[in-house]
Order: sequence, then structure tokens, then C-alpha cells
Amino acid sequence: MKVYLTRRYRFSASHRLHSDAMSDTENAATYGKCNNPHGHGHNYTVEITVSGSVDEKTGMACNLVDLDDAVHRQILDRFDLQNLNKAAEFAAQVPTTENLCRLIYDILQRTFHHAHLEMVRIEETMLNSFAYAGGEEALR
Amino acid sequence: MVYLTRKAEFSASHYYNNPEFTPEENRRIFGKCNNPHGHGHNYTLEVTVKGNVDPRSGFVVDLKQLKEILTREVLDAMDHRFLNKEVPEFFSRIPTTENLAIAIWQRLAPKLKAAQLHRVRVYETPDLFVDFYGEA
Repeated sequence: MKVYLTRRYRFSASHRLHSDAMSDTENAATYGKCNNPHGHGHNYTVEITVSGSVDEKTGMACNLVDLDDAVHRQILDRFDLQNLNKAAEFAAQVPTTENLCRLIYDILQRTFHHAHLEMVRIEETMLNSFAYAGGEEALR
Repeated sequence: MVYLTRKAEFSASHYYNNPEFTPEENRRIFGKCNNPHGHGHNYTLEVTVKGNVDPRSGFVVDLKQLKEILTREVLDAMDHRFLNKEVPEFFSRIPTTENLAIAIWQRLAPKLKAAQLHRVRVYETPDLFVDFYGEA
């Protein structure tokens, strides 16, 4: 039977929203306080949802050890306590949480094969959250 | 169609072990969860039902009835219990959060009359939850 398993992780990072495709005036108007040249930070919460059939022998759709290991190595080690603008992945795109969502989805899609990746959801603050399901309609 | 979600909490203990595995395999696959004395969690259950709003009552489902079904079918059976030893589904199945969500669905689905069960979500901790939509 198919179940969906969601695990929540946390990391903290700084970023500055600024697009080279816009003038300084446009950047200031578009990103407001987020355009501050010195950057600012967030405590991000990342929810990873995977799905699969429950293995009768283990009772599991996905062994959490495998998921934790992949998320720690691929995501948290890469972004925790870093400046997102300095990450190679954001050399050519603005580190909005929309783009971060898609990036984390793509990294896990490429590297995690123990269960089917359904969705990445990121809470940037307690008031803002973003979700990406690989271009599909998100569940729920 | 309106979706309605009711929460409930229960606390229970469990451990993971498959008698078909060797003790070494059980320890390797299940790690600390293989401790035969068990360990416990405060589970949060979210049950979502869906249905059309009854024009006379304005309800999708009578919450009092839903609460009674939840209490009788799930909480009375699982709250403050050792799942492996006291809940029949887990005499032969491992009481993972996945199997718990499926077992709760199977207990509730036949009991709901007016509304249709949409989703069972079980939080084992605030950072880990499983959703089951009744899919094969």
C-alpha cells in the first residue's frame, strides 16, 4: 500500500535577493528590504516528502537512516550556516525560496533513490512557505 | 466538496523486529528501534474526511460522532498501550508509522457513514509524519 512519508529538517543561511537583470532601482523596488547589499538570514525548515509501498518485511516505505543520510550530505552540509549567494548553484539565479525549493528537489531527485521523491516544502519563516513537486500538482 | 480535519493525540510504545531476520539483521535494519523493551512516542493523529455539506445541518459530518468513532476505534485501543503486544494488527506487522497510518485507516473507513475518509496522517514526532490516502 502506498504511503507518503514526510520528514522535517532545519538549517540557517543568509541571502540577498538581487537580480543582475534589473537596474538598482528596479531591484530595490522588487525586493525591498531583501535587497540590502549586506544580506540577511533565515532559519529554514525543509520538509521532504517521499512515497512508496510499505515493505512487508520492514514495515517501511523508506528507511529513515537512508533519507537522513542523503539530506544531511546533499542539503544540510551544503547550505547550513552558509551565504546562499556564494553557493555555485546560485551564481546565475536569485536565491529566493522558490528557487531554493526547486534546487533542493533537483539535487535529491538526482541523488536519492531509496524512495520516490514527491515534494519539497520550505518554510522560510513561520509566515512564508513554498512547495515544489517537480512541476506536478502538489498533494494536499 | 468540503474537507474536515479532526486531531487526536495518543501515547504508546513500540519496537521494530522481524522474527524472520537474524538478530544482527534486525539491529542493522532497525537500529535503536530494535530494543525489545520498547520505547514510546506522543503521536498526533489527523483524520481528514470529505463530503458535501448537508443543507439542513450545515455539516459535512457530525463532529461529535467523528470524535466518538476516533475514541472508540483508535484511542481506546492504542493510547497508553504497547503496540506490539496489545494491538492485534501489530502481532504480525511491524508497528512503524507507515503501518500505523494504514491500520488506523482500516479501523476508521468502515465506521464512517456520512462522510468519506480522505486522509489519515500520523505524526510520530513533530518532524516525522506519514500520510495514507487508502491507495493500493
